[in-house]
Amino acid sequence: MNFEEHAAKPLLAQHGIAVPRGGLARTPDEAAEVAAGIGAVVVKAQVPAGKRGKAGGIKLAATPDEARAHARAIIGMEIAGHPVEKVLIEEQMPIERELYAAVLNDTSSRSPLVMFSIEGGMDIEEVAATAPGKLRLQPADIRRGFSRAEAETLVRGLGLGAAEGKVADALARLYQAYVAFDAELLEINPLVVTRDGRVVALDCKFVMDDCGIVRQPDIACAGTPEKLTGLEARAKAAGLKYIDLDGDVGVLANGAGLTMTTMDVIRHHGGRPANFLEIGGEAYTQARPALELLLSNPRIRSLVINFCGAFARTDVMTRGVIEAIEALKPRLPIFFSVHGTGDEEAIRMLKDRLGVTPLATMDDACKSAVHAAKAAA
Amino acid sequence: MIVRGTDRVLVMGITGKQGTFWTERMQAYGTCVVGGTNPNKAGATHCGVPVFATAGNAMKSTGFDVAILFIPPLMVKEAALDAIEAGARGLVVLTEHIPVQDVMYFIAAAQERGVRILGPNTAGAVTPGECFAGFMPAFNDRIFRKGSIGVISRSGSLGVLFCLNVVQAGYGVSAFIGIGGDPVIGTTTREALVALDTFPGTEAVVMVGEIGGSMEEEAAVYARTMAKPVIAFIAGGAAPRGRKMGHAGAIVTGDKGSYASKRSALEAAGVAVLDTPSDVGAALKAAPARIV
Repeated sequence: MNFEEHAAKPLLAQHGIAVPRGGLARTPDEAAEVAAGIGAVVVKAQVPAGKRGKAGGIKLAATPDEARAHARAIIGMEIAGHPVEKVLIEEQMPIERELYAAVLNDTSSRSPLVMFSIEGGMDIEEVAATAPGKLRLQPADIRRGFSRAEAETLVRGLGLGAAEGKVADALARLYQAYVAFDAELLEINPLVVTRDGRVVALDCKFVMDDCGIVRQPDIACAGTPEKLTGLEARAKAAGLKYIDLDGDVGVLANGAGLTMTTMDVIRHHGGRPANFLEIGGEAYTQARPALELLLSNPRIRSLVINFCGAFARTDVMTRGVIEAIEALKPRLPIFFSVHGTGDEEAIRMLKDRLGVTPLATMDDACKSAVHAAKAAA
Repeated sequence: MIVRGTDRVLVMGITGKQGTFWTERMQAYGTCVVGGTNPNKAGATHCGVPVFATAGNAMKSTGFDVAILFIPPLMVKEAALDAIEAGARGLVVLTEHIPVQDVMYFIAAAQERGVRILGPNTAGAVTPGECFAGFMPAFNDRIFRKGSIGVISRSGSLGVLFCLNVVQAGYGVSAFIGIGGDPVIGTTTREALVALDTFPGTEAVVMVGEIGGSMEEEAAVYARTMAKPVIAFIAGGAAPRGRKMGHAGAIVTGDKGSYASKRSALEAAGVAVLDTPSDVGAALKAAPARIV
């Protein structure tokens, strides 16, 4: 789950990292009001996306009137597909230099990775590509943590001068916050050194591990929920993993890998999948609501039901599918492929109750569904 | 990690609905289950084996080699550390939705003690004719007939489909290794490939990957050095960018983890990459080495 800047910065502050004074505004007047209490400010669009500055979503304002005018221009803009509904009004900082600091889950080393660079304020992938010598990486043992002494070693010799200690301190605190909040990524870009010697987080990107949300309810409620279509939101409420795609061949399968593969094979045979919907794992008992949801998509012209049971029992899933079909009596053509745990019982039920025999392979089912969708178009 | 029929297995969370269902099936197939755990039911007998409070207690009493975890997500870290500290040789972690920092924690502990981990978010492992660990339909011999093809899969259901297709093509499976669909896992594709390369009776390997991460690219580097044919399939070519496709590990961000990157790395290493799972039989027949 992504957190916008205004929701992420207080989490840094909780761990003793300095952030600029500021406040959130939803209207131009609120922006002016917040600015009046601060002085010269920055007006920053709040959306869960990067490159806000380049999109015109970040402006300097010397007076409350200027802050109001900028807020008026920025609120209602669209940045990377997200409408701007609020702006963060923050004091301007006397910046001497811009640094980069982050901690993230590194899937290759299977450990937290602490990243630091003296080239802050720009895209870190660009730094890694153009000036790898300016990027320092330190995997941490999550059982022992990342100490202040290790932080000092990481930032030493980079010409930070008198700020070195404070920068190391911020980095060690950033690691503590990363652990405390189940972060997948916690990034400060830029971390600035001010002309009066302070070290301040000017921006913050926080992505929480979705699996950590259940044990972080107080923190997670400040995050930005993923933008969902109507069907996706209904599926989520029902505990189903559903993603809308732009095609017309519906997909119901068990397991993420099998569901993705069903989409791939539909495309391989010249069709376009309408969705991702999987009922693997504990969700295998949810075939009926899953199929009912799928059938409410008006774009679907044919349907592939592809079950390959391991944990998920195909007899249980097939019973749910039959119930949904008997209840809704859909007219569109449905093609089955059923193998694995419980398949003999599943195939017998399909024959007895629907008069249907599954196709021999998933390729046959996908191919037939692609032809049927084209015929109905 | 390949689980063998001689391995003594401890089922952690044995008394739950799924723990019970799959323990009975593992026992019927030939897996040597020596005990289970449930802190509230220590001293009881379940599925014909003793229940212990902890893996530590089980080790002192019956001893065991491999622990299989049927444990809810937020309790897995503690259970895994229990099994690791008890001296387990390997762990099979079936649970999905474990916070990644917990996973990194017990993987670090396991690595320090040389303990192998399969998963998290795996359907388990099957050694046809010997045993299975997890929730795989090993007992269905249309899917898991014993043979010479090693199969690696991030996905359980897709792994089942590939084993089925291998058997339908007239071959059999030497060992199936489900490595799991999470972004951070204990046994990588490359490590599973190394295990199958040296596993007796394995003549070719089918590697079933998916979008996200860089495991297939890393495995390609090893595949290049192998004498045995390697055939691969990568799920998720039709998936949109930036969305988690069911598995937490199956997400493409920027160019990282993309289908194209994986396919080109594998093809450059001499690996045949399939367009559809149904082609696996034809690819095995076309392999340069004759496979029995």
